Amino acid sequence: MYKIGVMGDTDTVLAFKALGIDTFPVKEDDDPDRMLMDIVKKDYAVIFVTENIAERIDDTIKEFSAKPLPSIILIPNNQGSRGIGITSLKYSVEKAIGTDIIFRKEGETS
Amino acid sequence: MPQQGSLRATRMELMQFKARLKTATRGHKLLKDKQDGLIRSFLDLVKKNRELREEVETELVKALKNFLMARAVMSPEVIEESLIYPARSIDIKVTTRNIMSVNVPKITLKEEEKSNGLSYGLATTSAELDDAIKVMGEVLPKLLELAEIEKTCQLLADEIEKTRRRVNALEYVMIPQLKGNIRFINMKLEENERANTARLMKVKEIIAK
Repeated sequence: MYKIGVMGDTDTVLAFKALGIDTFPVKEDDDPDRMLMDIVKKDYAVIFVTENIAERIDDTIKEFSAKPLPSIILIPNNQGSRGIGITSLKYSVEKAIGTDIIFRKEGETS
Repeated sequence: MPQQGSLRATRMELMQFKARLKTATRGHKLLKDKQDGLIRSFLDLVKKNRELREEVETELVKALKNFLMARAVMSPEVIEESLIYPARSIDIKVTTRNIMSVNVPKITLKEEEKSNGLSYGLATTSAELDDAIKVMGEVLPKLLELAEIEKTCQLLADEIEKTRRRVNALEYVMIPQLKGNIRFINMKLEENERANTARLMKVKEIIAK
């Protein structure tokens, strides 16, 4: 049986706590890299990370993208989305196809 | 390029190379088909992924804003106290699905206790908090779906990259090399044949004298 975890700033994380999801608030002087590593070692299949934290641990997150589990998903925090989640999707497209065919098309039409 | 120095120009070798070329060509065709299939399903998934992400992001931001409002009208202690013991526990089940020989996770939500989902009494808390939690609960299944699709996309992207490398290695290195070797051995054998004929003619001439 797997669990869901949320990692992020204290405000955002609290909203998830209400749903019964395990929360890992990250404070200013915490080391999010190590926190993520610790979380991954337990049975978490899905880990939501807020974008502002994800920015700081980009490399660690990319390490897990090739493994079947856990699925690390970027979510916006309560200040709104900064588009980093979409960027990571764009990165997979570029990796697979070689060029970004999906998002560029969107840019031309709009 | 064929390493012609180390080649033995024999029929045995030639046969072996021909067999290897056949295997390589077949493998190349299969991998190419796999790559095409992977890319097709990948593109579909990415489109779905983008739509879902945009949807989830707007909804989640809205839900989090609601939550922020709810916090604003209540004291932090009360909030903390209300949420410290969640009313439901959430477990997820992960099974794997196979897309073109890539194992991708399939995540299903297993929610115990279908109560109203509130972990506190109604007396000390505000209605905003109730609403905010309700909205969050509605976003959660979509979040999990996003988690599943996004992971699938990442894994497929990885596999596509690997497959592309293999296809290219076969197409631009292995197959030309094998073809070159075969050509070299063929020519060498023909050369030997001609040398032999020439020698026989010479011998015949000498005997005739």
